[in-house]
Amino acid sequence: MSTSPQTLTSKDVAKVGLLARLALSEADLERMTGELSKIVGFVSMLGELDTADVAPLAHPLDTQNVFRDDVPVASLSTAEALQSAPRHDGSCFLVPAVLGDSGAA
Amino acid sequence: MSTTAPYTTIIGLEVHVQLMTRTKLFCGCSTKFGGAPNTQVCPTCLGLPGSLPVMNRRAFDLALRAALALECTIAPFTKWDRKNYFYPDLPKGYQISQFDLPFSSDGFLEVVDPKGAFEPCRVGIVRVHLEEDAGKSMHDEAAGTGDTRIDLNRAGTPLCEIVTQPDLRSPQDARAWLNELKLLLVYLGVSDCNMQEGSLRVDANVNLHIPQPDGRIAKTPIVEIKNMNSFRSVERALTYEAARQWEDWQATKAEMGKTPKQTRGWDDPAGITRAQRHKEESSDYRYFPEPDLVPVTVSQQQIASIRGEMGEPPVSLRKTLAAKWNIPAYDADVLVNQGRELVDYFEDLATRVGEGKVASNWMQQDVLRILNETNGTVSDFTVRPEGLADLIGRIKKGDFDTSRAREIFAEMVTSGRPVDNVVAGMGIAAVSDDDVISLCRELLAANPKIVADVKSGKEQAAAGLIGQAKKKNANVNPGKVRAVCIDLIRGME
Ligand SMILES: [Zn+2]
Repeated sequence: MSTSPQTLTSKDVAKVGLLARLALSEADLERMTGELSKIVGFVSMLGELDTADVAPLAHPLDTQNVFRDDVPVASLSTAEALQSAPRHDGSCFLVPAVLGDSGAA
Repeated sequence: MSTTAPYTTIIGLEVHVQLMTRTKLFCGCSTKFGGAPNTQVCPTCLGLPGSLPVMNRRAFDLALRAALALECTIAPFTKWDRKNYFYPDLPKGYQISQFDLPFSSDGFLEVVDPKGAFEPCRVGIVRVHLEEDAGKSMHDEAAGTGDTRIDLNRAGTPLCEIVTQPDLRSPQDARAWLNELKLLLVYLGVSDCNMQEGSLRVDANVNLHIPQPDGRIAKTPIVEIKNMNSFRSVERALTYEAARQWEDWQATKAEMGKTPKQTRGWDDPAGITRAQRHKEESSDYRYFPEPDLVPVTVSQQQIASIRGEMGEPPVSLRKTLAAKWNIPAYDADVLVNQGRELVDYFEDLATRVGEGKVASNWMQQDVLRILNETNGTVSDFTVRPEGLADLIGRIKKGDFDTSRAREIFAEMVTSGRPVDNVVAGMGIAAVSDDDVISLCRELLAANPKIVADVKSGKEQAAAGLIGQAKKKNANVNPGKVRAVCIDLIRGME
């Protein structure tokens, strides 16, 4: 990881906005670029610490190997599963048409 | 293949297999295939706020088994990460997957063709990791711009992702290798690998290496092919794509690195690949450690115990069978490629018959032929090893010849009745040794010319007696008649 404070460009913010599916106006972009740069600058203060002798931390809890047995438990009813959905047809969630390729990776 | 083509086809595969667990990776919902939509869902796999994932022990153990079978190095410490992307079948907005610390890496799987049709092919495994599946989107194309329906029963199902090195050099090799991978995973009980039910999915990365006049190797842009729903489709799609890239290269001279990696979908009925959206760069998934799951450590004892319960993989089982039963490598390969149940049937049969090659011949020429013709499975096969061993024993005793035995076998298969019952029903009576001898005496008395010929050393003249013997008694064993006649003639001297 780089230790030099990073400055974001509006191009960076536009890309992050696209990935987050946010429609950002020019004014939004300008404001966000300033605000996000401040946040990134704040976080990059951590870069000033000497971490050469510190092992990377994968998880803040000092716990490992938490498992459950492969035993089925009752699922929700379909009605319960769908009840908070903005739109459904009684068996499936309904979303605007998704055509073409799948997003699954 | 590549010997005549002006390029080498470079292929790497990314395979997802569903693990044979009863429940999902992070919740207790059933993974059973074919349930009504959204009947196997809970707050965790729906991604509802406040829900927390807990790792399925069985899923982890099965993934470990797969990685060990693929000769991977098991990491002593592993963690999970969030892979962020938005898609309606991914309710959390991220997939729990593994990024920089997968639980295994650096293995291989070899395919050896006993007929020697291609070189033994060793394919490196980059990594095997454990992740969750997404749900299913259904779109009614006929309805035009209607809604897309989302079924989340599959969301959270445990998947093993297996990524190979780009070590394959032809579509045929890719197909053969996939067959071997599937066989291995089914043998070890890791997955049922049922492609129709989506338990095994394959994406392929392919490009061409084209030697240039100046000695440089030009590399065409890598294309990832998706939507292949059978191994045959994989072979066809890769064949098509290699040819398409070759034409594209001749027209554009476009090389790798100058354009982003392209994703193309295989259209099976049309037999072509079509361009899809440009794949997001790895960093666009904004992976970060999954805070809701704690890391997992794996000890050497655990690895030993998983190895212990693994069972014999096909690659060594072929050798074991060939050596134990003294059968050709080709026979062992055919038997093993049919799956564990058929191997068990064969071994039971061979034990009863006391001879591997005879048992193997019956498996290859009769049992497998009938299973293929009827599209049946060995577990449903009406004739069990004891019944077939009984029949083979009767042939050895000389009760009937092989062609007669085939008729009896066919009747045993259709009727499900044992040998004796079928023999009686077909009016076939085993001919006693005394009967054969007296029949032969009759024949010799009636055929002095043949007797003289045989006496003068022309044993083949005895063949003339067999047709006559069959006329007198249809159930008589021709080989036995021949042997008895020659013995009797010699006895006359
Ligand atoms: Zn669930």
